[in-house]
Amino acid sequence: MYAFEIERPASIADAASAMKTDEAQALGGGQTLIPTLKQRLAMPSVLVSLTGIGEMKGVCMSDAGEVCIGGATTHATVAREAAAHYPGLAGLASRIGDPAVRNRGTIGGSLANNDPAACYPAAALGSGATIITNSRSIAADDYFQGMFTTALEEGEIITEVRFPVPEKSHYQKFVQPASRFALVGVFVAKYADGVRVAVTGASEEGVHRWTEAENALSGNFSADAISELSVSADGMISDLHGSPEYRAHLVKVMTGRAVSAAS
Amino acid sequence: MPTVSMTVNGKAVSGDVEGRTLLVDFLREDLRLTGTHVGCDTSQCGACVVHVNGEAVKACTMFAAEADGAEVGTIEGQANADGSLNVIQQAFQDHHGLQCGFCTPGMVMSAAALLKENPKPSEAEVREYLEGNICRCTGYHNIVKAIMAASGQDVAIAAE
Repeated sequence: MYAFEIERPASIADAASAMKTDEAQALGGGQTLIPTLKQRLAMPSVLVSLTGIGEMKGVCMSDAGEVCIGGATTHATVAREAAAHYPGLAGLASRIGDPAVRNRGTIGGSLANNDPAACYPAAALGSGATIITNSRSIAADDYFQGMFTTALEEGEIITEVRFPVPEKSHYQKFVQPASRFALVGVFVAKYADGVRVAVTGASEEGVHRWTEAENALSGNFSADAISELSVSADGMISDLHGSPEYRAHLVKVMTGRAVSAAS
Repeated sequence: MPTVSMTVNGKAVSGDVEGRTLLVDFLREDLRLTGTHVGCDTSQCGACVVHVNGEAVKACTMFAAEADGAEVGTIEGQANADGSLNVIQQAFQDHHGLQCGFCTPGMVMSAAALLKENPKPSEAEVREYLEGNICRCTGYHNIVKAIMAASGQDVAIAAE
Protein backbone atom coordinates (compact mmCIF):
# COMPACT_ATOMS: atom_id res chain seq x y z
CA MET A 1 0.00 0.00 0.00
CA TYR A 2 1.05 3.56 -0.62
CA ALA A 3 1.19 5.65 2.53
CA PHE A 4 -1.87 7.61 3.67
CA GLU A 5 -3.36 9.01 6.82
CA ILE A 6 -6.54 7.84 8.50
CA GLU A 7 -9.13 10.20 9.92
CA ARG A 8 -11.80 8.82 12.25
CA PRO A 9 -14.53 11.49 12.46
CA ALA A 10 -17.36 11.00 14.97
CA SER A 11 -20.04 12.92 13.06
CA ILE A 12 -21.31 13.22 9.48
CA ALA A 13 -20.40 16.92 9.50
CA ASP A 14 -16.79 16.17 10.47
CA ALA A 15 -16.59 13.41 7.87
CA ALA A 16 -17.89 15.76 5.17
CA SER A 17 -15.22 18.34 5.99
CA ALA A 18 -12.49 15.68 6.07
CA MET A 19 -13.64 14.55 2.62
CA LYS A 20 -12.81 18.02 1.26
CA THR A 21 -9.10 17.20 1.55
CA ASP A 22 -7.45 16.68 -1.81
CA GLU A 23 -7.41 12.96 -2.75
CA ALA A 24 -9.51 11.98 0.26
CA GLN A 25 -11.30 8.64 0.08
CA ALA A 26 -14.16 7.42 2.26
CA LEU A 27 -13.52 4.12 4.06
CA GLY A 28 -16.51 1.97 5.01
CA GLY A 29 -15.77 -1.51 6.29
CA GLY A 30 -12.84 -1.75 3.89
CA GLN A 31 -13.64 -5.25 2.67
CA THR A 32 -13.15 -4.15 -0.93
CA LEU A 33 -11.14 -0.96 -0.50
CA ILE A 34 -8.35 -2.49 1.61
CA PRO A 35 -7.62 -5.28 -0.93
CA THR A 36 -7.68 -2.55 -3.62
CA LEU A 37 -5.16 -0.46 -1.69
CA LYS A 38 -2.94 -3.51 -1.21
CA GLN A 39 -2.78 -3.90 -4.96
CA ARG A 40 -1.84 -0.24 -5.25
CA LEU A 41 -4.86 0.40 -7.45
CA ALA A 42 -5.71 3.50 -5.42
CA MET A 43 -3.53 6.20 -3.92
CA PRO A 44 -5.57 8.34 -1.49
CA SER A 45 -3.86 10.96 0.67
CA VAL A 46 -6.28 10.38 3.50
CA LEU A 47 -8.85 7.71 4.31
CA VAL A 48 -11.91 9.02 6.10
CA SER A 49 -13.17 6.12 8.19
CA LEU A 50 -16.96 6.23 8.53
CA THR A 51 -17.40 3.31 10.92
CA GLY A 52 -16.98 5.40 14.05
CA ILE A 53 -19.95 7.66 13.24
CA GLY A 54 -22.77 6.64 15.59
CA GLU A 55 -25.45 8.58 13.68
CA MET A 56 -24.69 6.48 10.57
CA LYS A 57 -25.28 3.12 12.23
CA GLY A 58 -28.37 1.08 12.90
CA VAL A 59 -31.69 -0.11 11.50
CA CYS A 60 -35.05 1.54 12.18
CA MET A 61 -38.53 2.04 10.72
CA SER A 62 -39.55 5.47 9.43
CA ASP A 63 -43.03 6.93 9.94
CA ALA A 64 -43.61 6.28 6.23
CA GLY A 65 -43.06 2.56 6.82
CA GLU A 66 -39.63 2.38 5.23
CA VAL A 67 -36.72 0.43 6.68
CA CYS A 68 -33.97 2.99 7.27
CA ILE A 69 -30.42 1.72 7.46
CA GLY A 70 -27.47 3.89 8.41
CA GLY A 71 -24.73 3.97 5.78
CA ALA A 72 -22.11 2.56 8.15
CA THR A 73 -24.28 -0.36 9.28
CA THR A 74 -22.61 -3.75 8.81
CA HIS A 75 -24.14 -6.59 6.82
CA ALA A 76 -24.30 -8.68 10.01
CA THR A 77 -26.35 -5.98 11.75
CA VAL A 78 -28.76 -5.70 8.80
CA ALA A 79 -29.13 -9.49 8.71
CA ARG A 80 -30.03 -9.45 12.40
CA GLU A 81 -32.01 -6.25 12.86
CA ALA A 82 -33.89 -5.95 9.56
CA ALA A 83 -35.18 -9.54 9.71
CA ALA A 84 -38.44 -8.63 11.43
CA HIS A 85 -39.13 -5.66 9.10
CA TYR A 86 -37.90 -6.79 5.71
CA PRO A 87 -36.93 -10.48 5.60
CA GLY A 88 -35.91 -10.42 1.91
CA LEU A 89 -33.37 -7.69 2.58
CA ALA A 90 -32.08 -9.33 5.78
CA GLY A 91 -31.75 -12.63 3.91
CA LEU A 92 -29.63 -10.96 1.25
CA ALA A 93 -27.39 -9.35 3.87
CA SER A 94 -26.94 -12.69 5.65
CA ARG A 95 -25.41 -14.26 2.54
CA ILE A 96 -22.87 -11.59 1.58
CA GLY A 97 -19.27 -12.82 1.76
CA ASP A 98 -18.62 -14.79 4.94
CA PRO A 99 -19.30 -14.09 8.64
CA ALA A 100 -16.09 -12.13 9.27
CA VAL A 101 -16.63 -10.03 6.15
CA ARG A 102 -20.23 -9.35 7.23
CA ASN A 103 -18.96 -8.07 10.59
CA ARG A 104 -16.98 -5.31 8.83
CA GLY A 105 -18.54 -4.62 5.44
CA THR A 106 -21.17 -1.86 5.31
CA ILE A 107 -24.19 -1.13 3.15
CA GLY A 108 -22.93 2.34 2.29
CA GLY A 109 -19.58 0.99 1.21
CA SER A 110 -21.18 -1.63 -1.00
CA LEU A 111 -23.52 0.86 -2.69
CA ALA A 112 -20.81 3.49 -3.14
CA ASN A 113 -18.52 0.95 -4.80
CA ASN A 114 -21.30 -0.54 -6.99
CA ASP A 115 -19.39 -3.69 -7.87
CA PRO A 116 -21.22 -5.30 -10.81
CA ALA A 117 -21.48 -8.56 -8.82
CA ALA A 118 -22.33 -7.11 -5.40
CA CYS A 119 -25.58 -8.07 -3.66
CA TYR A 120 -26.80 -4.80 -2.11
CA PRO A 121 -27.23 -2.92 -5.40
CA ALA A 122 -29.85 -5.55 -6.38
CA ALA A 123 -31.76 -4.95 -3.14
CA ALA A 124 -31.62 -1.16 -3.48
CA LEU A 125 -32.70 -1.14 -7.13
CA GLY A 126 -35.19 -3.97 -6.63
CA SER A 127 -36.83 -2.11 -3.76
CA GLY A 128 -36.81 1.32 -5.36
CA ALA A 129 -34.80 2.48 -2.35
CA THR A 130 -33.71 6.03 -1.67
CA ILE A 131 -30.02 6.70 -1.13
CA ILE A 132 -29.52 9.55 1.31
CA THR A 133 -26.21 11.38 1.30
CA ASN A 134 -24.80 14.22 3.36
CA SER A 135 -26.24 16.63 0.78
CA ARG A 136 -29.30 15.09 -0.97
CA SER A 137 -31.60 12.13 -1.65
CA ILE A 138 -31.13 10.00 -4.77
CA ALA A 139 -33.66 7.50 -6.13
CA ALA A 140 -32.11 4.08 -6.77
CA ASP A 141 -33.30 4.29 -10.40
CA ASP A 142 -31.06 7.37 -10.86
CA TYR A 143 -28.23 6.22 -8.62
CA PHE A 144 -26.74 3.20 -10.42
CA GLN A 145 -24.97 4.33 -13.59
CA GLY A 146 -23.01 1.29 -14.70
CA MET A 147 -20.19 -0.85 -13.40
CA PHE A 148 -18.47 0.87 -10.44
CA THR A 149 -20.24 4.10 -11.41
CA THR A 150 -22.87 5.93 -9.35
CA ALA A 151 -24.52 9.33 -9.08
CA LEU A 152 -22.28 10.19 -6.08
CA GLU A 153 -20.26 13.36 -6.45
CA GLU A 154 -16.70 13.73 -5.26
CA GLY A 155 -16.63 13.73 -1.48
CA GLU A 156 -20.29 12.75 -1.11
CA ILE A 157 -21.07 10.21 1.63
CA ILE A 158 -23.99 7.76 1.83
CA THR A 159 -25.42 8.39 5.28
CA GLU A 160 -28.59 6.30 5.05
CA VAL A 161 -30.59 4.06 2.75
CA ARG A 162 -34.39 3.87 2.90
CA PHE A 163 -36.18 0.77 1.65
CA PRO A 164 -39.94 0.69 1.04
CA VAL A 165 -41.11 -2.67 2.40
CA PRO A 166 -42.71 -4.96 -0.19
CA GLU A 167 -45.53 -7.45 0.34
CA LYS A 168 -43.23 -10.27 -0.74
CA SER A 169 -39.60 -10.47 -1.76
CA HIS A 170 -36.68 -12.81 -2.21
CA TYR A 171 -33.07 -12.72 -3.34
CA GLN A 172 -31.65 -15.65 -5.24
CA LYS A 173 -27.87 -15.71 -5.50
CA PHE A 174 -25.92 -18.11 -7.65
CA VAL A 175 -22.65 -17.95 -5.77
CA GLN A 176 -19.27 -17.83 -7.42
CA PRO A 177 -17.75 -20.05 -4.74
CA ALA A 178 -14.22 -18.64 -4.62
CA SER A 179 -15.14 -14.96 -4.25
CA ARG A 180 -18.62 -15.51 -2.78
CA PHE A 181 -19.87 -12.70 -5.02
CA ALA A 182 -22.93 -13.34 -7.17
CA LEU A 183 -22.23 -15.04 -10.50
CA VAL A 184 -25.83 -13.97 -11.02
CA GLY A 185 -28.15 -12.64 -8.34
CA VAL A 186 -31.80 -11.64 -8.74
CA PHE A 187 -33.84 -9.62 -6.26
CA VAL A 188 -37.60 -9.77 -6.72
CA ALA A 189 -39.98 -7.54 -4.74
CA LYS A 190 -43.77 -7.43 -5.05
CA TYR A 191 -45.33 -4.09 -4.11
CA ALA A 192 -48.99 -3.09 -4.19
CA ASP A 193 -48.35 -1.06 -7.35
CA GLY A 194 -46.22 -3.63 -9.19
CA VAL A 195 -43.25 -5.97 -9.13
CA ARG A 196 -39.61 -4.98 -9.37
CA VAL A 197 -36.87 -7.33 -10.57
CA ALA A 198 -33.21 -6.32 -10.20
CA VAL A 199 -30.33 -8.35 -11.59
CA THR A 200 -26.71 -8.22 -10.40
CA GLY A 201 -23.58 -10.10 -11.47
CA ALA A 202 -24.79 -10.61 -15.03
CA SER A 203 -24.44 -7.46 -17.10
CA GLU A 204 -21.52 -5.33 -18.17
CA GLU A 205 -23.81 -2.42 -17.33
CA GLY A 206 -23.83 -3.52 -13.67
CA VAL A 207 -27.06 -3.88 -11.72
CA HIS A 208 -30.18 -3.37 -13.82
CA ARG A 209 -33.91 -4.02 -13.88
CA TRP A 210 -35.50 -6.74 -16.00
CA THR A 211 -38.58 -4.83 -17.06
CA GLU A 212 -40.16 -7.59 -19.19
CA ALA A 213 -40.23 -9.86 -16.17
CA GLU A 214 -41.56 -7.01 -14.02
CA ASN A 215 -44.49 -6.52 -16.42
CA ALA A 216 -45.25 -10.23 -16.61
CA LEU A 217 -45.00 -10.72 -12.84
CA SER A 218 -47.08 -7.63 -12.05
CA GLY A 219 -50.02 -9.35 -13.79
CA ASN A 220 -49.34 -12.84 -12.44
CA PHE A 221 -46.86 -13.27 -9.60
CA SER A 222 -45.76 -16.83 -10.33
CA ALA A 223 -42.74 -18.43 -11.95
CA ASP A 224 -45.01 -19.53 -14.82
CA ALA A 225 -45.50 -15.89 -15.79
CA ILE A 226 -41.91 -15.63 -17.06
CA SER A 227 -41.70 -19.05 -18.69
CA GLU A 228 -42.14 -17.63 -22.19
CA LEU A 229 -39.60 -14.83 -21.71
CA SER A 230 -35.99 -15.08 -22.77
CA VAL A 231 -32.96 -13.05 -21.78
CA SER A 232 -30.51 -11.88 -24.42
CA ALA A 233 -26.83 -12.71 -23.93
CA ASP A 234 -25.87 -9.35 -25.49
CA GLY A 235 -23.94 -7.25 -23.00
CA MET A 236 -23.67 -10.04 -20.43
CA ILE A 237 -20.35 -10.50 -18.62
CA SER A 238 -17.99 -13.08 -20.03
CA ASP A 239 -15.25 -14.48 -17.83
CA LEU A 240 -13.77 -17.81 -16.81
CA HIS A 241 -16.67 -18.43 -14.45
CA GLY A 242 -19.41 -18.22 -17.06
CA SER A 243 -20.21 -17.26 -20.64
CA PRO A 244 -22.72 -14.54 -21.55
CA GLU A 245 -25.21 -17.25 -22.59
CA TYR A 246 -24.82 -19.04 -19.25
CA ARG A 247 -25.40 -15.83 -17.32
CA ALA A 248 -28.44 -14.94 -19.45
CA HIS A 249 -29.86 -18.39 -18.72
CA LEU A 250 -29.18 -17.98 -15.00
CA VAL A 251 -31.04 -14.65 -14.89
CA LYS A 252 -34.28 -16.36 -15.85
CA VAL A 253 -33.70 -19.39 -13.61
CA MET A 254 -32.83 -17.25 -10.58
CA THR A 255 -35.82 -14.97 -11.22
CA GLY A 256 -38.15 -17.95 -11.27
CA ARG A 257 -36.68 -19.32 -8.07
CA ALA A 258 -36.91 -15.94 -6.36
CA VAL A 259 -40.59 -15.62 -7.28
CA SER A 260 -41.34 -19.13 -6.03
CA ALA A 261 -39.47 -18.54 -2.77
CA ALA A 262 -40.82 -15.02 -2.15
CA SER A 263 -42.57 -14.52 1.17
CA MET B 1 2.78 8.57 13.41
CA PRO B 2 -0.47 8.35 15.33
CA THR B 3 -0.61 6.32 18.50
CA VAL B 4 -3.23 3.61 18.89
CA SER B 5 -4.35 2.11 22.18
CA MET B 6 -6.43 -1.01 22.58
CA THR B 7 -6.96 -3.96 24.85
CA VAL B 8 -5.50 -7.20 23.52
CA ASN B 9 -6.42 -10.38 25.37
CA GLY B 10 -7.36 -8.28 28.39
CA LYS B 11 -4.13 -6.31 28.48
CA ALA B 12 -3.88 -2.61 27.63
CA VAL B 13 -1.41 -1.99 24.81
CA SER B 14 -0.45 0.95 22.65
CA GLY B 15 1.90 1.68 19.81
CA ASP B 16 2.72 4.08 17.00
CA VAL B 17 1.35 3.00 13.65
CA GLU B 18 1.15 4.31 10.12
CA GLY B 19 -2.28 4.82 8.58
CA ARG B 20 -1.67 1.80 6.36
CA THR B 21 -0.62 -0.53 9.20
CA LEU B 22 -2.98 -3.49 9.22
CA LEU B 23 -4.31 -4.81 12.51
CA VAL B 24 -2.65 -8.16 11.83
CA ASP B 25 0.72 -6.49 11.34
CA PHE B 26 0.33 -4.53 14.56
CA LEU B 27 -0.45 -7.76 16.40
CA ARG B 28 2.35 -9.77 14.84
CA GLU B 29 5.14 -7.23 14.37
CA ASP B 30 4.61 -4.74 17.19
CA LEU B 31 3.10 -6.96 19.86
CA ARG B 32 4.89 -10.13 18.68
CA LEU B 33 1.65 -12.07 18.92
CA THR B 34 2.44 -14.31 15.98
CA GLY B 35 -0.32 -16.83 16.59
CA THR B 36 -2.56 -14.86 14.24
CA HIS B 37 -1.48 -15.96 10.78
CA VAL B 38 -1.50 -14.30 7.39
CA GLY B 39 -2.42 -16.83 4.74
CA CYS B 40 -3.72 -15.08 1.66
CA ASP B 41 -3.66 -11.41 2.66
CA THR B 42 -6.76 -10.94 0.48
CA SER B 43 -9.46 -11.70 3.10
CA GLN B 44 -10.29 -15.05 1.56
CA CYS B 45 -8.64 -17.61 3.84
CA GLY B 46 -9.49 -16.59 7.41
CA ALA B 47 -6.15 -17.60 9.00
CA CYS B 48 -6.03 -14.06 10.46
CA VAL B 49 -9.44 -14.10 12.18
CA VAL B 50 -9.42 -12.29 15.53
CA HIS B 51 -12.20 -10.86 17.66
CA VAL B 52 -12.75 -7.09 17.70
CA ASN B 53 -15.27 -6.06 20.35
CA GLY B 54 -16.42 -9.67 20.42
CA GLU B 55 -16.95 -10.06 16.67
CA ALA B 56 -14.90 -12.21 14.30
CA VAL B 57 -13.06 -10.10 11.76
CA LYS B 58 -10.22 -10.65 9.33
CA ALA B 59 -7.25 -8.82 10.81
CA CYS B 60 -5.59 -8.56 7.39
CA THR B 61 -8.51 -6.44 6.18
CA MET B 62 -8.78 -3.86 8.95
CA PHE B 63 -6.39 -1.09 9.84
CA ALA B 64 -4.80 -0.96 13.28
CA ALA B 65 -6.00 2.64 13.58
CA GLU B 66 -9.59 1.42 13.26
CA ALA B 67 -9.10 -0.80 16.31
CA ASP B 68 -8.14 2.17 18.47
CA GLY B 69 -10.08 1.85 21.71
CA ALA B 70 -11.32 -1.65 20.86
CA GLU B 71 -11.11 -4.91 22.75
CA VAL B 72 -9.20 -7.37 20.64
CA GLY B 73 -8.99 -11.11 21.25
CA THR B 74 -6.42 -13.36 19.57
CA ILE B 75 -5.59 -17.06 19.70
CA GLU B 76 -3.03 -16.30 22.45
CA GLY B 77 -5.90 -15.31 24.73
CA GLN B 78 -7.93 -18.47 24.18
CA ALA B 79 -6.30 -20.83 26.66
CA ASN B 80 -7.66 -21.12 30.19
CA ALA B 81 -6.11 -19.01 32.94
CA ASP B 82 -3.98 -21.95 34.11
CA GLY B 83 -2.56 -22.37 30.63
CA SER B 84 -4.56 -25.48 29.75
CA LEU B 85 -6.37 -25.62 26.42
CA ASN B 86 -9.89 -24.25 26.36
CA VAL B 87 -12.84 -26.41 25.32
CA ILE B 88 -12.54 -25.60 21.62
CA GLN B 89 -8.76 -26.02 21.49
CA GLN B 90 -8.98 -29.32 23.38
CA ALA B 91 -11.67 -30.55 21.00
CA PHE B 92 -9.43 -29.72 18.02
CA GLN B 93 -6.70 -31.84 19.62
CA ASP B 94 -9.04 -34.70 20.57
CA HIS B 95 -10.64 -34.91 17.13
CA HIS B 96 -7.50 -34.27 15.11
CA GLY B 97 -8.97 -31.00 13.86
CA LEU B 98 -5.67 -29.90 12.38
CA GLN B 99 -3.03 -31.21 10.08
CA CYS B 100 -0.37 -28.62 9.25
CA GLY B 101 -1.98 -26.21 11.72
CA PHE B 102 -1.61 -23.04 9.68
CA CYS B 103 -5.33 -22.30 9.47
CA THR B 104 -5.99 -23.42 13.04
CA PRO B 105 -5.80 -20.05 14.84
CA GLY B 106 -8.43 -18.64 12.49
CA MET B 107 -10.54 -21.79 12.72
CA VAL B 108 -10.52 -21.67 16.53
CA MET B 109 -11.35 -17.95 16.60
CA SER B 110 -14.21 -18.40 14.11
CA ALA B 111 -15.48 -21.40 16.07
CA ALA B 112 -15.43 -19.37 19.29
CA ALA B 113 -17.42 -16.57 17.63
CA LEU B 114 -19.92 -19.07 16.25
CA LEU B 115 -20.48 -20.84 19.56
CA LYS B 116 -20.92 -17.51 21.31
CA GLU B 117 -23.84 -16.54 19.06
CA ASN B 118 -25.13 -20.08 18.47
CA PRO B 119 -24.11 -22.47 21.30
CA LYS B 120 -25.64 -25.58 19.66
CA PRO B 121 -25.14 -25.19 15.90
CA SER B 122 -26.14 -27.89 13.44
CA GLU B 123 -23.43 -29.42 11.30
CA ALA B 124 -24.70 -27.36 8.35
CA GLU B 125 -24.49 -24.18 10.41
CA VAL B 126 -20.90 -24.98 11.40
CA ARG B 127 -19.92 -25.54 7.79
CA GLU B 128 -21.70 -22.37 6.70
CA TYR B 129 -20.00 -20.30 9.40
CA LEU B 130 -16.59 -21.59 8.31
CA GLU B 131 -17.20 -20.43 4.73
CA GLY B 132 -14.50 -17.80 5.13
CA ASN B 133 -11.93 -20.12 6.70
CA ILE B 134 -9.93 -22.22 4.28
CA CYS B 135 -7.97 -25.31 5.34
CA ARG B 136 -5.59 -26.17 2.55
CA CYS B 137 -5.02 -29.65 4.05
CA THR B 138 -8.79 -30.02 3.50
CA GLY B 139 -9.28 -31.35 7.00
CA TYR B 140 -12.79 -29.94 7.25
CA HIS B 141 -14.50 -33.10 8.52
CA ASN B 142 -12.43 -33.23 11.67
CA ILE B 143 -12.65 -29.48 12.21
CA VAL B 144 -16.44 -29.73 12.05
CA LYS B 145 -16.35 -32.72 14.40
CA ALA B 146 -14.19 -30.77 16.86
CA ILE B 147 -16.60 -27.83 16.88
CA MET B 148 -19.61 -30.13 17.33
CA ALA B 149 -17.78 -31.77 20.24
CA ALA B 150 -16.86 -28.40 21.74
CA SER B 151 -20.55 -27.48 21.69
CA GLY B 152 -21.33 -30.63 23.65
CA GLN B 153 -23.03 -32.37 20.74
CA ASP B 154 -22.65 -35.82 19.23
CA VAL B 155 -19.75 -35.76 16.79
CA ALA B 156 -21.10 -38.78 14.91
CA ILE B 157 -23.52 -36.60 12.94
CA ALA B 158 -20.62 -34.60 11.57
CA ALA B 159 -19.03 -37.73 10.14
CA GLU B 160 -21.85 -38.57 7.74
